[in-house]
Amino acid sequence: MNIEELSEVVVRFSGDSGDGMQLAGNIFSTISATVGNSISTFPDYPADIRAPQGSLTGVSGFQVHIGADKVYTPGDLCDVLVAMNAAALKTQLKYAKSNATVIIDTDSFGPKDLEKAQFQSEDYLGEMCIDPDRVISCPLTTMVKDCLADTGMDNKAVMKCRNMFALGLVCWLFDRDLNIAFNFLREKFARKPNIAEANIKVIQAGYDYGHNTHSSAHNVYRIETKEKVAGRYMDITGNKATAYGFIAAAEKAGLKLYLGSYPITPATDVLHELSKHKSLGVTTVQCEDEIAGCASSLGASFAGALAVTSTSGPGICLKSEAMNLAVIMELPLVVLDVQRGGPATGLPTKSEQTDLLQVLFGRNGDSPMPVMAALSPTDCFDAAYEASKIALEHMTPVVLLTDAYIANGSGAFKLPDLKEYPAINPPYVPEEMKGTWTPYMRKEDGTRYWAVPGREGFEHILGGLEKDDKTGAISTNPENHDLMTRKRQAKIDAIPVPDIVVEGDKDDADLLIVGFGGTYGHLRAAMDQMRNDGKKVALAQFRYINPLPANAAEVLTKYPHVVVAEQNMGQLAGWLRMKVDGFCPAQYNEVKGQPFKVADLVKAFNTIINK
Amino acid sequence: MAYSAQDFKKGQPRWCPGCGDHFFLANLHKAMAEIGVAPKDIAVISGIGCSSRLPHYMATYGMNTIHGRAAAIATGCKVANPRLTVWQISGDGDGLAIGGNHFIHANRRNIDLNMILLNNRIYGLTKGQYSPTSPRGFVSKSSPYGTVEDPFRPAELCFGARGHFFARAVATDAPGTVEVLKAAYSHKGASVCEILQNCVIFNDGCHASVYDKKERARNAIYVKHGQPLVFGENSEYGLVQDGFGLKIVEIGKDGITMEDVLVHDAHCEDNTLQLKLAMMGDGDGFPVALGVIRDVEAPTYNDAVEAQIEEVKAQKKYHSFAELLETNDIWEVHN
Repeated sequence: MNIEELSEVVVRFSGDSGDGMQLAGNIFSTISATVGNSISTFPDYPADIRAPQGSLTGVSGFQVHIGADKVYTPGDLCDVLVAMNAAALKTQLKYAKSNATVIIDTDSFGPKDLEKAQFQSEDYLGEMCIDPDRVISCPLTTMVKDCLADTGMDNKAVMKCRNMFALGLVCWLFDRDLNIAFNFLREKFARKPNIAEANIKVIQAGYDYGHNTHSSAHNVYRIETKEKVAGRYMDITGNKATAYGFIAAAEKAGLKLYLGSYPITPATDVLHELSKHKSLGVTTVQCEDEIAGCASSLGASFAGALAVTSTSGPGICLKSEAMNLAVIMELPLVVLDVQRGGPATGLPTKSEQTDLLQVLFGRNGDSPMPVMAALSPTDCFDAAYEASKIALEHMTPVVLLTDAYIANGSGAFKLPDLKEYPAINPPYVPEEMKGTWTPYMRKEDGTRYWAVPGREGFEHILGGLEKDDKTGAISTNPENHDLMTRKRQAKIDAIPVPDIVVEGDKDDADLLIVGFGGTYGHLRAAMDQMRNDGKKVALAQFRYINPLPANAAEVLTKYPHVVVAEQNMGQLAGWLRMKVDGFCPAQYNEVKGQPFKVADLVKAFNTIINK
Repeated sequence: MAYSAQDFKKGQPRWCPGCGDHFFLANLHKAMAEIGVAPKDIAVISGIGCSSRLPHYMATYGMNTIHGRAAAIATGCKVANPRLTVWQISGDGDGLAIGGNHFIHANRRNIDLNMILLNNRIYGLTKGQYSPTSPRGFVSKSSPYGTVEDPFRPAELCFGARGHFFARAVATDAPGTVEVLKAAYSHKGASVCEILQNCVIFNDGCHASVYDKKERARNAIYVKHGQPLVFGENSEYGLVQDGFGLKIVEIGKDGITMEDVLVHDAHCEDNTLQLKLAMMGDGDGFPVALGVIRDVEAPTYNDAVEAQIEEVKAQKKYHSFAELLETNDIWEVHN
C-alpha cells in the first residue's frame, strides 16, 4: 500500500437519481474544503422527472474536483468513479480517465440490473474494457444491510444509506477526516438523530471496508493544501450565491427585496432560497406565469422595492415585453437568466450560453439594457450585488446571466463582509425639486430621478407610451422620440464598468482567449495548461457585456491571435464584432449542454496559435 | 384632510366625445374625493386600450403599462407597498382577453386591488374588433359574418376564480358608480367593478337598455345588501326564488307581498344566488343587476404576506445578512 501525494483529484459519484449521489458528493467536497483544499463541483442531473429505477436515463452524477492549488473547474475526467449500479457504470465511464479507480456495488450488477443497463453479458467489465485491477468491487448493499441489521430500520430507510458507504470508502481512499462528515450529518439530521447515527455508522463501515481490504486498490492518496487564504468559508452553489447577492444588495440599499418568479429549471433554486428568508423581510411571489413574474416585479419597483425576477431562457421570451416597459419607464429591475440549452424547451437541465443575443436585442424598439454575466458559482454573489447596484443607481432593468453549470455547481465561498461592499444610492428625487420636477428630468449622468409613491408633491404617471422629455406627458413628436431614444441609449452607455483584466501573458501573448460568464474556469484552466506547456497565452473573460469595458477594443485588437470561445454558435463574437471595428477573431463554439473540456480547448487553441 | 374631485384631476382627456370613459373618469374623481385617501398614497395602474389611458388624467401616482398586464403589475405594487391604495383600470379586451390569466389569479389570491373593468364589449383603440364580451353572432370588422364564439360574462369569471367582491354600475349613472367605487375601496381584497359603458363609435347602444335613467328604471334592478330585491318604475316588481332559479313577481298581485320578495345578501359566502343576480339581463327578460352584488370578507394575500413575514421574523434567529451567513456550515482556514 502506497500513500501517494497528489496535487489534485477528481471524483465522480454516480448512481440512480434516488441514490443520494448529490449528498454524498456534497459531503465529500465539504470535508475537502474544510481541510483547505480548493474545490469545484458539478452536479449532473438527469432530465427525466423520475426515470425507472436502474435505467440509463435515470443516472445522476456529482463531480467534485479538489486541489492543493486553486482549481477552476470540476475537472474534465475523473480519477475515481463511484458507480452505484450497472446503468451508472454504463453511462458514466466516459467521464473517467483511462486509469481511473472504479468503485462498484456488485449487488447492483445482477442479471436484471445488467439487462436494464443494456449489457449483453455478465462480463460487464469486459464489455466496457475495464481492467479489473482498477476496480474496487464491493457487495455494498449487503454490507449496508448487515451494518444496520440491529437498528430496526425498514428496508427502504436502509437502502437510503448506501450512498454513505460509498462516501466512507472514498474518504478512506483520500485519507479524509470522518469527523467533519459526522458533524455535517448530525447537523443536517438534527431532528432525526436516528437517521444521522445510522448514516454515520455506514460511513464508518465504508471507511473500515476500505481500510481492511486495501489490497484491491493501488494507492491511498493525499492532497495537501499549498496556499491557503485564511478566513471563514462555506460551500455555496451559484444559485444560492445569487440569492445571497440580492439579499445583501437590498440590505445595503435599505430596500425591501421583492422577487416575482415562476418555477423554471435551472433557476428555481433562487426562488426556493429567497422564499426561505422571510425573517429578513424578503417577499417572494410565485406568480401565475413568467409574464406576471416580471410584470409584478416592475410593479414592486414602481412601489419602491429592489425588484428581481428570476428565470431561464424560455422565461425571458415571455418577460421581454415587461422588460421593455422597464426600459421606457426607466425603473430599476434585475432580470436573472440562468441559461439552459435551447431553443424552446431544449435541454432544461443542461448548460449553454445561448441567451446572450436574446437579452441584448430581443425586444421591440431601440431598447438598450445593461447585461452582466457571472464567472463562477461564488462570483454569482458579487455579480448579483453589482447588477442590483447598477439597476438601482441608474434606473434601468439589468440582465444578469448565469448558467446551469455555475448555478448548480459550487465552490468554497469566503464569507463576505458587507461593510467592504460599495454603498448603493438610488437617485431619489431631492425634496427641493418639489414643484419643478417632472418624471424625465435627469441627473448629470443621464439617470432620471426616482419618486416613490407616498411622497407628496411628486405624483406622476409613467407608462409604455413615449413621453415628452420636459413635461413627462405622452408625446408622439418625432424630434422628441429621437431625443428620448438617444437619451436612453446614452444613459446605458455611460454606466461606468471596470476595465477588463487580462490574465496570463498580458504583455506578450501570442493568443488571447476571449469568453464570457460561466466558462471562466475552463478557459482559465486551458490557459494555465498552455502556459505550463511554454505557450504565451492570455485570457480576457467578459463579465460586463453591455456596456463593454472602456478598454475592450484595445485589449481585443492587441494580440496576434484571438479566439472567442463560447457555448453557443458565436453570439459574443458577433456582439464584439459589432462593437469593435476590425475585430475578426477565430471562434470556438460548442453546444453540448456540458461544460467545456479543458483538454478539448487546449487542443483547439494550439491549432489556432500555431497558424 | 378633505378633498374635492378637482384634487384628483389632471390633463385633458382625449377620448371621443360621448365616450363612457368620460363619465366614468368624473365619477372616479368624485369617488376618490369622498373616499379621502391622499393622491400621494394612490397608484392607478392600467393596461392598454382606450380606457387604459385613464391614469394620465389622474393627479395621483400611476402607470399606463402594457396590454393585459395591469393586474400583474398592480399585484407587485400592492404587495411591495401595502400602504398604497391601488386601482387597476382595464377594458374588456385588456382585462379578459390578453389579461385573462392575471384577472383570475388576482381574484383567486384576493389581493387588495380595486379592479375596474370598463366593459363596452368591443375593441375601440384598434378600431372595432369583437371582444371577449361581445355577444355570439356579433358583427365587427374582424367578424363580418358574425362571431361564432360565446362571450365571457365578467361576474361568472370573477366568481369562478373565487372572487369575493363583484359590483356593477353604468358609467352614466353617477350616484350608482360612485357608490360601487366606494364599496370597492372599503372591501379588503380584490374588488371587481364592472362598469357598463358605451362606445359611441364602434358599438353604440351596446348597453342601451340601462344607459339612460328612464331605461334603467325599467330594465335594471339596484341591489343593496339587506334590502328586498324590487325594481320597476314604481318598485312594483320583485324577485323570488323559484326552484333552482329566480322568478319575477308583481307585488300585490296573486297574493304576493313584500314579505315574499328575496332580501339581498351580498355578504353570503355561498355565491349561488349572487351569481344568479349577476347573470340576469342578457335577453332573458330579467333586469340587469346594478350595485354591490357580492361583498364577502376573506383574508387578503397582501395581509397574509406581511403577517407571515412577521411570524417568521419572530421564529427565526437571523435578521440580517451577516446573521444569515452564520446559519450555514462554516469552516475556518488558517494560514
